[in-house]
Amino acid sequence: MGADLWIISIAIFCLGALMGALNFITTTLDMRAKGMTLMRMPLTCWAWFVTAILGLLAFGVLLSAGILLLMDRNLGTSFFVPLGTVNGVLTGHKGGSPLLWQHLFWFFGHPEVYIAILPAMGLCSQLLSVFSRKPIFGYKAMVYAILAIGFLGFMVWGHHMFMSGMSPYSAFAFSIMTMGIGVPSAIKTFNWLGTLWRGKIRFSSPMLFAIGFVSLFVVGGISGPFLAQPVLDIYLHETYFVIAHFHLIMGVASIFGIFAATYYWFPKMFGRMMNEPLAKTHFWLTFIGAYAIFMPMHYYGMAGGLRRYSQGTEVGWINQLWPIQRFISIAAFVTIAAQFIFVFNLFWSMKKGKKAVDNPWEATTLEWTTATPPPHDNFGGLTPVVYNGPYEYSVPGAPRDYVMQTDAPVTARH
Amino acid sequence: MASFSTTTTLDEPQVSRGKAGGAPPTFDGGDGGRPGRGLPDYPTRLRRARLGLLVALTPVLMLFVSFTSAYVVRQGLPTLDPRTNQLVRDWIPVKLPTLLFVNTIVLLVSSIGMELARRQTKLAAVAATVKPATEAPISAEGKTPWLAMTIALGLLFLFGQWMAWKQLAASGFYVATTPSSSFVYLLTGAHAVHLMGGVLALLVAGLFALLHRSITTRSIVVDVTGWYWHFMAGLWVYIFALLELAK
Ligand SMILES: [Cu+2]
Repeated sequence: MGADLWIISIAIFCLGALMGALNFITTTLDMRAKGMTLMRMPLTCWAWFVTAILGLLAFGVLLSAGILLLMDRNLGTSFFVPLGTVNGVLTGHKGGSPLLWQHLFWFFGHPEVYIAILPAMGLCSQLLSVFSRKPIFGYKAMVYAILAIGFLGFMVWGHHMFMSGMSPYSAFAFSIMTMGIGVPSAIKTFNWLGTLWRGKIRFSSPMLFAIGFVSLFVVGGISGPFLAQPVLDIYLHETYFVIAHFHLIMGVASIFGIFAATYYWFPKMFGRMMNEPLAKTHFWLTFIGAYAIFMPMHYYGMAGGLRRYSQGTEVGWINQLWPIQRFISIAAFVTIAAQFIFVFNLFWSMKKGKKAVDNPWEATTLEWTTATPPPHDNFGGLTPVVYNGPYEYSVPGAPRDYVMQTDAPVTARH
Repeated sequence: MASFSTTTTLDEPQVSRGKAGGAPPTFDGGDGGRPGRGLPDYPTRLRRARLGLLVALTPVLMLFVSFTSAYVVRQGLPTLDPRTNQLVRDWIPVKLPTLLFVNTIVLLVSSIGMELARRQTKLAAVAATVKPATEAPISAEGKTPWLAMTIALGLLFLFGQWMAWKQLAASGFYVATTPSSSFVYLLTGAHAVHLMGGVLALLVAGLFALLHRSITTRSIVVDVTGWYWHFMAGLWVYIFALLELAK
């Protein structure tokens, strides 16, 4: 019963995600402001657009798997459940294929990790440019890299199933495809570094979290090519190495994106700034804490520390690794405690924060042209007109060091 | 280009607000012919609704693609029976009721009716937008014979599918009898649920006609549902072919 409710709630979640994707895609395609060409969109919007496309293609598959699973559990069908016994009693199912479940689940599951991280990639690109006072390095390359990641993301689900006894030939294909994702990921990483390079960097809290995101993305991503190789994965698959990889790149990096976005757009949402010293304390504790938790996990995994077991006290070599586990646990508790700083800052700043001006970060994109907090309908019934790209910083000859997207072009420049 | 002024702006007047935000040049309703703050005009609304439908059909397609792959995989796999340690096939081909042929014809005819209804309402809507002053006569607006026919045939199809389920069960094929019969119930059921959505949308359109709502709104509902309906007809032909040819 509990599991059925859980599957049904996942199915409802699928429907909700599909509706959201429908909204994002149609809005992006048909309701952009005048002058906002696709190649003038902030990378935040590009990332959300591609994320929505991924969701549109992936969630239907998860929904189908959920429907089949519900039928197996309640109508006696055998899509997934093989013949077997539960607690010594024959289940009444026969012939189902658990592998079929794995395929359907991971066909959704791998795109899902990009659904989680692409928005963070997009908005961190945005923030790195804003706080470096430089145009994003390689805007078009960034857009194509997002598209390439989204496209390749649908062809690599098998790398979660190297242990399932799949043919070595398919494993090889999945492996090559997976490592291929390293190419657009590296393009993005180098473009982020290129954006920072010789920038007039302002280390405000959103920027700290954006830089933290890049750091975590690189460190968490670099273990991806290890796990993408079937030979190594067979050893590492059942260990904490996978947990370290996955949580650094998809868990913590995405959460850093959420933090960066919250600190960045909070003034626009509530008309007040978040407290900066508290934000910086929150950043450093979380940043160091995340590394303290997940770096030792790599070692723990390589040393053979198994995941998926609640207790390993009877296993000799795991006993020797006990101090690492204790260190990880303490680091985790400290890091969790640090999140209360954020929660406090969030609610305290809504009431007591310093009043924010309309464009506190001196950014160029549309949301900063409207009042803070925005009026009803965001632009008060008027639609802005866009003349420029989203990353016009340090423009030679411009009166300020940035040009708003809505600034009409000047006919002659010095 | 030839101007030497550094302050000339183009097109839009700038209105300053505060020192930080810069000036947002705003204008009223330039969003592809949006008249003021009201609804966009008819072609824009129709285009957006069609785009929305196209995007919305993608996950529906993915759902059935996914079911199809499950069908193919499940059909192809012999499975190990641990009691006898032998590979067995538990896929028993289902004899589909001939009623499904009749249902197919009913649905295809309803698709024709749908197309006629779609064109009829669209013509009326275009006529209404061209000369909005002269209201189309109420009598013409209220009559929607093709729409009524489509709804009736859609309901007849759903009833026919229900009868086909009953025939299947009578011949001994229940949901859990064999994976092939599970798939027959699954695919027909999933298709029926989607078609019910279409019937519901048509009923809403019919209600609009009865309530004398604006012809443009009704036409958009009918147009989008029309394309959805055709998709459902095509999907059914595909499902039927899959069940019949890949037994
Ligand atoms: Cu994956």
